[in-house]
Amino acid sequence: MARLVVLGGGVSGHTAATFAAKWLGSQHEVVVVTPNSKWNWIPSNIWVGVGQMTKEEVTFDLAPVYAKAGITYKQAKAVSINPEGSESKEKPFVTVEFTSEEQAGQSEEIEYDYIINATGPKLNFGATPGLDAGHTVSVCTADHAVHASEELAKSIEKMKNGERQKFLIGTGHGMCTCQGAAFEYIFNIEHEINKAGVRDMADIKWISNESFLGDFGMGGLHMKVGGYAVSSKIFTESLFTERGVDWLIGAHVSKVEEGRIEYELLDGSTGEEEFDFSMLIPPFAGVGLKAYNKAGEDITDTVFAPNGFMKVDANYAAGSYENWKASDWPKTYQNPTYDNMFACGIAFAPPHPISKPMSSPNGTPINPTPPRTGMPSGIIGKAVAHSICDRILKGENAPLHESSMADMGAACVASAGKGFFDGTAAAMTVYPVVPDFEKYPGTGRDTDYTFGEIGLAGHWIKHILHYLFIWKAKLKAGWTMIPE
Amino acid sequence: MKKEEANIKAYEQNYTTMVPGSFAKKMRTCVIWQLIRFIIINLKMLVVVSKSH
Ligand SMILES: Cc1cc2nc3c(=O)[nH]c(=O)nc-3n(C[C@H](O)[C@H](O)[C@H](O)COP(=O)(O)OP(=O)(O)OC[C@H]3O[C@@H](n4cnc5c(N)ncnc54)[C@H](O)[C@@H]3O)c2cc1C
Repeated sequence: MARLVVLGGGVSGHTAATFAAKWLGSQHEVVVVTPNSKWNWIPSNIWVGVGQMTKEEVTFDLAPVYAKAGITYKQAKAVSINPEGSESKEKPFVTVEFTSEEQAGQSEEIEYDYIINATGPKLNFGATPGLDAGHTVSVCTADHAVHASEELAKSIEKMKNGERQKFLIGTGHGMCTCQGAAFEYIFNIEHEINKAGVRDMADIKWISNESFLGDFGMGGLHMKVGGYAVSSKIFTESLFTERGVDWLIGAHVSKVEEGRIEYELLDGSTGEEEFDFSMLIPPFAGVGLKAYNKAGEDITDTVFAPNGFMKVDANYAAGSYENWKASDWPKTYQNPTYDNMFACGIAFAPPHPISKPMSSPNGTPINPTPPRTGMPSGIIGKAVAHSICDRILKGENAPLHESSMADMGAACVASAGKGFFDGTAAAMTVYPVVPDFEKYPGTGRDTDYTFGEIGLAGHWIKHILHYLFIWKAKLKAGWTMIPE
Repeated sequence: MKKEEANIKAYEQNYTTMVPGSFAKKMRTCVIWQLIRFIIINLKMLVVVSKSH
């Protein structure tokens, strides 16, 4: 009997674990190690953050789902991996610390034949002084979003009482990703303020590390509209102008204080913004797993990149932007040192950003790091599970499945306000996710498959996807038919 | 001044973008038109999803 251990039960790890359990059957064991007792459909946290959904609507208990799937569930967080075992243990193992109330403080060494690291991001609020001090809100977890919604309600109340409010939404550091989430949040806030009848009392401003509006960490995209290939910059600036949202880009937030932030811009100038309500996305890092060899020596640098994400089959030596190629991006997500170790979703170390790296004359890097959104995270999780299942069932030389972000597209729906008749969302497809300038000189993407439009239909799709993905994650009837 | 142009200020950063007129904005939430777009967008997304799996 072989044992696969999946670290992280989020979008990518849950997909990998549930497919692996289905493909392997009861002959082999799948173990999921994840610190939370609940699964969270993170994209809908935006609606929790504006009071349009409850925490309960975007989360569910993992234990019954894993029991149904025959998956061994450990409510714990991984702290270190021993890929060669140790002096007292022949087999590789992962050390975990339990997080449930009943087992708090206990730890365990779980042996494995194969391991998937799907631990997602560490929300690195500490990277910007003051970002972790509670002056701003976040929508990155369901609990954060509940708090954000309470703060938003207070601001709306103040505006109703005649007090003007300044909203500052965006990224809280020069090296952030996930601009899409901040984009959704700013327009959902604008929509709710409008509905509350106090739009004229609100000043709403976007601040981000993008060098142009609509970069979204993927170097922007060109969409085929009305026979033109139109840059996402045009559409994004258009929406900001239409909704009366001001913007500040190329900004590294260097300090956060009560009601005030300081920033540095790409041109080296500095400034400050005041706010009454602010949501700033933190930069992401790996979750800080350690690795040790058989002798107990620290080999974290061998297994993980300096940012804490796990090294996989990417080309980490591509160098400057001019040398970047689509083929730098990983295909199998296998660790180059230990071939029974894989990483998927946000946890794998990308070879380099997608957007062109930039820095201010003072040397401060200000550019988005590469996003790994839900669809690629799910697809990669499934491909990795497929590879491991083949190796367990067909032999250890079975070919690995490939799934490069430079070969796959993504469908993305960004909410711009919730409502069955007055909601809108930008529905987009992009192909491929990572631009391939050799294959598609010019825009880097196939404009036959890269499109976008904003409207009520996009909102309906976003709302349906909410139910569909929770249905799938709960492994309800037909779950395997729903694509990632 | 047309309502949709109210947010544009000469030589400010929003001066060089495009803004939707009232018809384009109406169509965004026109249920019949959006039902048609719903089908078309879903089909387009399915093509990209099928190319990616
Ligand atoms: C507010 C917001 C809105 C978003 N909206 C969209 C959207 O509309 N569309 C879209 O495609 N994407 C969206 N995304 C991005 C999407 O959520 C991510 O792409 C996706 O969650 C990545 O999946 P993952 O499995 O890599 O990470 P996660 O889903 O974050 O899962 C990581 C898991 O690992 C667990 N973990 C952490 N540390 C450890 C440890 N030490 N040991 C074991 N487990 C650990 C975590 O608890 C978590 O369960 C959004 C993100 C945010 C923050």
